[in-house]
Amino acid sequence: MSFFFEVLVGGLLAGVMYSLVAIGFVLIYKASGVFNFAQGSMVLFSALTFVSLLERSYPFWLAFVLTLLIMLVLAWVIERWVLRKLVNRSPITLFMATLGLSYIIEGLAQSLWGAQVHGLDLGINDEPFEVLGLLLSQFDLFASAVAGSLVIILSLFFNKTRTGIALRAVADDPLAALAVGINLQRLWLIVWGVAGFVGLVAGLLWGARLGVQFSLSLVVLKALPVLIIGGFTSITGCIVGGLIIGASEKLAEIFIGPYLGGGIENWFPYVLAMLFLLVRPAGLFGERQIERV
Amino acid sequence: MSATPLLSIKNIEVIYEQVILAVKNISLEVAANSVVSLLGANGSGKSTTLKAISGLVHAQRGEIADGQIEYLGEVVNHSAPHRLVKQGLVQVLEGRHCFQHLSVEENLLTGGYIHRPSKAKLNAQLDNIYGYFPRLKKIRKSLAGYTSGGEQQMVAIGRALMSDPKLVLLDEPSMGLAPQIVEEIFEIIKNLRDNHGVSFLVAEQNAAVALRYTDYAYVLENGTISDEGTAQKINQSGELLASYLGR
Repeated sequence: MSFFFEVLVGGLLAGVMYSLVAIGFVLIYKASGVFNFAQGSMVLFSALTFVSLLERSYPFWLAFVLTLLIMLVLAWVIERWVLRKLVNRSPITLFMATLGLSYIIEGLAQSLWGAQVHGLDLGINDEPFEVLGLLLSQFDLFASAVAGSLVIILSLFFNKTRTGIALRAVADDPLAALAVGINLQRLWLIVWGVAGFVGLVAGLLWGARLGVQFSLSLVVLKALPVLIIGGFTSITGCIVGGLIIGASEKLAEIFIGPYLGGGIENWFPYVLAMLFLLVRPAGLFGERQIERV
Repeated sequence: MSATPLLSIKNIEVIYEQVILAVKNISLEVAANSVVSLLGANGSGKSTTLKAISGLVHAQRGEIADGQIEYLGEVVNHSAPHRLVKQGLVQVLEGRHCFQHLSVEENLLTGGYIHRPSKAKLNAQLDNIYGYFPRLKKIRKSLAGYTSGGEQQMVAIGRALMSDPKLVLLDEPSMGLAPQIVEEIFEIIKNLRDNHGVSFLVAEQNAAVALRYTDYAYVLENGTISDEGTAQKINQSGELLASYLGR
């Protein structure tokens, strides 16, 4: 039984790492109704920039601040040269634009900083330690704490602040948002900036785990089932979705895996997501389409 | 009309996607403290005219190809919508366009942010709106998407009023609503004009109701103005009827 719990807790903690990536998607989706395909490249770009600055012997905090500034500039460029031209276009047009962006950002990241793998040490000891008879990873606990605080801050931001409410208004109906005097350009800049910040945090944690390299941008694929289960519009959903994915893939691997020849944790989340789509297309916490009859 | 109109439009022409001519030779004026209506059938160019004034036409790939729009004596052909709202010119879109996933109160709040008011000022403004539309106070926590059509229209108008406007462009307020609700909404418009100095430019298909509350009216037909005058004059000339029925 204690083995079961150890797998469960390990899975839950790993799931939080997926949540971190998923939050970036939700931010932009909530503020513009667009699935931002470039989120993965933003994670890669920020992590690569940060590591490269570290390697050029900038201190940790300065590298962090500089990377954040660079992400803000990137957000500004994206707003100015891509989004602004596409106001009020259909979501699929915007989606295609982000698809294009993802290639540009990836290419930019690698031509600036090179394509080799960089190690990243955040200075967190990853030796497992024992709590109530369970072996836990210190790094995973740290990641969970970071994700947890991000969720609380962002939920407050979206529900209590003026900018947050305005952002939700824009996602709901951009034309009406314009009509009531909301400055779309300013808001998009803010939300892409915040998504850049979340991307940076995710990039650092994932980079520390996998090494900073091109495949970091593929981590986002694991965020997809998280989003489908949690719902595209809910930050709480990201966390719950991440926990479900993390726990179920690890448990499935250990307890169902042997019957299927192992390695099922790679595809199990997608099957789970598909089942969710059949039963609850908006996800657990997603906003359902409102249709009046 | 008075010497210095709030809004004055001279011979504007609006083109969508660089080729589609929507309206041409539109000239009209809205005096301070008045309700002016823009009457006409479907597709006669009412919405386009309003969006040209509020600047929203640019967001729909339209442009003002010719003519001049003056608001408070200043040319605003290229002003961004949020700048105009800041100067007291706000549009209520056709079909209400409430933020469906926001509560009624949040909908209203979004309209009030433009002047960056203090929390107390914002709440006072909110109370004003609940004063005009007592019904909204009862449903303030519900998601706007789940409220009735009449309530949504009230949310849309209330949201625009949150910015403390001088001139409200109102597009088809009667659309899809029960006659009693329409009457209620026009009564509020009248009250705002008489007691709060808010002017309205109302685009309406329902000419019968609009004319009863209107100081001056313009009739639009196929993208140009075919008649104008006081409500009484419009009622008497056959032009309005002809524009609806074709000739």
